[in-house]
This record gives sequence, structure tokens and C-alpha cells, in this order.
Amino acid sequence: MSAGPGQPPATLPSEEDVATLVTGHSRQPSLLSLLRRSPIGLIGTGIISLVIVLAVISPLIVPHDPIRGNLRTRYKPPGFTADDGATHLLGTDQLGRDIFSRILVGSRVSVLVGVVAVMIAGTIGVLYGLTSGFLGGRVDGVMMRICDAMLSIPFVIRVVAISGIVGPGLVTLILILGLSGWVTYARVIRGEVLKARENDYVMAAWSIGQRPLWVVLHHILPNVIASAIVLAALQVGITMLAESSLSFLGLGVKPPTVTWGIQLADGKSVINSAWWMTTYPGIAITITVLGVVFLGDWLRDSLDPNVRGRD
Amino acid sequence: MQQFIATRIFQGLITLIIVSFLAFFLVRLKGDPVDITAPPTFNEDQKQRLRELWGFDKPLAEQYVIFVTRAVTGDFGIAYLSKRPAMELVIERLGATWLLAGVASLIGLSVALPLGIISSLNRNSFFDLGSTMLASIGTAMPSFWLGLMMIIFFSVRLRLLPAFGARDPSAIIMPSLTMGVGMAAYLSRLTRSAMLEVLNEDYVRTAYSKGLITRTVVFRHAMKNALIPIMTVFGLQLGWLLGGSVVVESVFSWPGLGRLMIDSIGVRDNTVVQAALLFFSLSFISINIVIDILYAVIDPRIRFD
Repeated sequence: MSAGPGQPPATLPSEEDVATLVTGHSRQPSLLSLLRRSPIGLIGTGIISLVIVLAVISPLIVPHDPIRGNLRTRYKPPGFTADDGATHLLGTDQLGRDIFSRILVGSRVSVLVGVVAVMIAGTIGVLYGLTSGFLGGRVDGVMMRICDAMLSIPFVIRVVAISGIVGPGLVTLILILGLSGWVTYARVIRGEVLKARENDYVMAAWSIGQRPLWVVLHHILPNVIASAIVLAALQVGITMLAESSLSFLGLGVKPPTVTWGIQLADGKSVINSAWWMTTYPGIAITITVLGVVFLGDWLRDSLDPNVRGRD
Repeated sequence: MQQFIATRIFQGLITLIIVSFLAFFLVRLKGDPVDITAPPTFNEDQKQRLRELWGFDKPLAEQYVIFVTRAVTGDFGIAYLSKRPAMELVIERLGATWLLAGVASLIGLSVALPLGIISSLNRNSFFDLGSTMLASIGTAMPSFWLGLMMIIFFSVRLRLLPAFGARDPSAIIMPSLTMGVGMAAYLSRLTRSAMLEVLNEDYVRTAYSKGLITRTVVFRHAMKNALIPIMTVFGLQLGWLLGGSVVVESVFSWPGLGRLMIDSIGVRDNTVVQAALLFFSLSFISINIVIDILYAVIDPRIRFD
């Protein structure tokens, strides 16, 4: 590791350290070159990129209208070809809508909810953790007790109860997932802040009279941001799973918005006959979350080995 | 030790008080609870009478104190729909959820521990990579979807197991497997990494070098130390399990607390939702206190003074 800013190196600087000092960049391998060496990271990035691209362009490439169906072609099995020659690759649902098209379009809600909710939760959690860890003492104690209380209502139960009472909707759903997912970050970031506070260069910053806010933003935050990123990657998967659970229970997004969870709920009532309605949307969720899990694992291995998150 | 237990219970109580606070305000999040729950045919006069009847006309602080003092005596109010005490409904269902969570944890642990141990002993082997792969898929899969797939396979195709309800003893197999798989996936990876850490320790090398066979080293020396992080995460995973029970119980129509909560949300029965929330968190808090105490039993080095 190269020496942090403001901290005199213990030994003579190596060529690499000098390069760091001169260019401001360390010659540690970049994430991109690390990615080339990791199959898990590659597969994860591949899946995620594919899902994001599909989410963006899906309305342009769907073979059939995902919202309006044809009642004459209801409950058709995968590979069914209608009289007009239109083929339904993964079959049709109770309103004759094409399952494949609906899965493609369904990726939009998953990506949107996963990314935005995690950004909200991450921002709140990081700020909370920074404040709690930095202020310390009694404030820290109280803030952590509040976290304990939040965590003692398991995540899914928390969001089910809130969305059940507040009501469904895409924006509400994102807000609920964002506003209840911050606790994990808060705890991890607080721990990291407590560690970072003890660094010599933080002490040095204090001793030359830098303002608290400056110390937090310029000396402590950069130390904890890696953990936040790793945690965020892990939380995206958890948030996507929570979204599908809520939509499945009818507490998330409402039709006509298409989500994988709603598709599973549609399929549940005809599980005796139309197995394809429940099978394929679930595969879509699993592959997407698997991509996120791989990406998260790889980020953790390459950035910070000490983060675990799932409450 | 006694003092540690007392402190831990005291902390749990404080957590529970904050939870009661959350549960209390949650119900009032959307404004006047009477406006939401009263039938649309009610006029303002009737609504006002309801407000007085349920005490919603009093100041919030007073309402909260009333809510808590009643909750302590087990009185959460009368469920709007069934006209029975909310507490009674919750207690009725609590057993089914605990049973399900218990069986699911047993399945989770009995799969995760052997898988994780074998993986750690044969690092990077075919078995290790395979089980890591399976575990990743298990974490990524929505548990309720796995449940739906099992229904298609075991109930619809093979006609072996009942798809819903809890009348037949075999009805617990699918819901508990559904919940157990997710736990097994997560815990097996944790067991593997905890074991890998311990296997590098000096005392393990010593144990090997004095000629002990692998089995003795693993179970008498390594496993005991790896158990501590595994137990911590197991406690937290129980929260995950209870959360999953909400969805899984709905899939299998299992008569537990999770399904009661969903059903009550459906009919806007907030008294029951509040009671269910508090009991979920009470279960979670108590289990984690027990686990903290178990630390001392497993590891005599841990002393809490």
C-alpha cells in the first residue's frame, strides 16, 4: 500500500510510491485489468450489462405488445404459433399476452427499482454512518439503538408492512425500499469510520486545525467509500428480490406496469395448467440477481474483503 | 454472566420500545386511520364517533402511552374484521411460523455445515466450485419462486405433496425446504470461509502434526472456533427467514404469522399488523439474545464482565 496523504512514509519511497506522488494515481492494477482475470467478475458484468441494455431498448425490440393481448390465444404453451404466423417463444398468459415480451419489458422495473432504491438507501446510510461514527459518544449510542430497532424487524417484513399501509405504486415502492434499506450501510460505514478516525493523517488533519466537516469529507469519506460500493452491489440483488416479492404479493407495482413479480402472481393461480407462466419470469429474476451477486462478490474480493450484508 | 444476560435483556427491551414507536407511527403514516378503515358509507358524524371509540381523537403522545400500556398487558385492541382480540389471533399463528422457521433452519444448517466443511477441506476442488456455484444460485433465487417450482413438480406433476395448507403433516415439507434452501446457500459459503480462516491457525497445524486424524482435527479443534461467526450470522439469518416466511406462507397458504399479516394488510386491519410486527421483532430479538448467551457456552474464552 502506498502511504496516505500527509503521512510520512516509514521507509524510503519506492519507484511506485514516487509515481503515485507525482501523478496522484497509484500503479495498483485498475479494476478493468482485474476484471480480465476473474471469470466471476466477467460473467457478472456481462449479465448486468445485458439486463441494463435490454431494460433500455426493450420497448423497441419486443416481438409482441407486452400489455395488450389477444384473448383468442390465451394460455398457449411455449413455442405456440398463431394462425397469423406469430410465434410465442415462451407462451402466453391469461390475457393472451406474450410472456417473452413481458419478461423483456419487466426488466425495466427491476433495474429502475434496484438502482434508484439502492442509491437512496446508500446515501442515507453513508451519511448516517458518518455522523454516528464521527460524533461518537452518546449520540452514537442512540443512533445505533435506532438501527438495532430497525434491524429487529426483518427487511421484508418492514417493507411489506410499510407498503401495505401506504399503498402500492412505483414511486412509493422505490421510496419504501430506499428508506428502509439504509440501516445495513449505516452500521457498516460507522464501523469503518471508527477505524478510519484512528489514522495518523486524520490526526494530522486535526492538528493543523482543519474543520470537522472538511476532515469528514476529505479524509474519512474516501476511506469508507469502497465498503459502501461493495455493500451497494450486494444490496441491489436484495432490493430486486424484495421488489419481486412485493409485486408478487400485490403490494408493489400495480398493473398495467409489467414486472416479473406480477407475472409470477398471475401464474400462481393457474399453476396447475400453465407452468410456463411461473417458470420463465422466475428464471429471469434468478439470472439477473445472480449477475448482481457475482459482481458484488468480485467487487468485494478486489476492493474490500470485510463486508457482509443481508439483514 | 448474570449481569451480561440482564444487560442484554435490557437492551432488547429498549429495542422493543423503539419498535413499538415505529409500529405506532406506521399505522398513522397515511393520515387519519379512521378515514382509511371506515366503510365509505360512513358520514363525518359516524367517523367522529369511531375516532372517539378507538381513541384517535386524543393527542398523539397520549395515544402512544395508551398503546404501549395496553400492549404490555397483551391488549393490542380488537381486530376490525374478525372482532377478536388481535393478540389472540397472533398467538394462534405464532406457533406455525416458529415451527416452519425451526424446521427450515434445521434443513439449512444440516445442508450448510457439511457442504461448507467439505468445501473448505477440498479448496478449489470440483466439489468446492460446484457447491459455491449452487450456493450463488440459491442466494439469487427468489425463495417463493422456488416454492412455486416445487409445487409444479411435486404437487402438479408427481402428485406427491399437498400444494397448500397445513392439514397433512407432509404439508410442511415444501415450505420448509423453500425457506431452508436460501439459508443453506448463504450459510454454506459462510461456513466455508470461517473454516478456511480457522484451518490456517497454528493450533490446527499442531493438531495435525501430533498425528490426529482429520476428523478429530476438524470436529474437536477447527469446528468449535468456526462456529462463532456461523452462529452470529445464523442469528441474523433467522430475521431473513422470518421475512421470507411472509411470502412463502402466502405461496403455500401456511397458517402462520406472515400470512396473517398479509391477510390483515389486505383488509386494512392495522391492529393485527401492529401486533404481528411486534411479535416478529420480539421473536427475532429473543433468539439473538439466546445466541449471544450461547457464545459463552461454546467458547469459554468469552466472558462478559
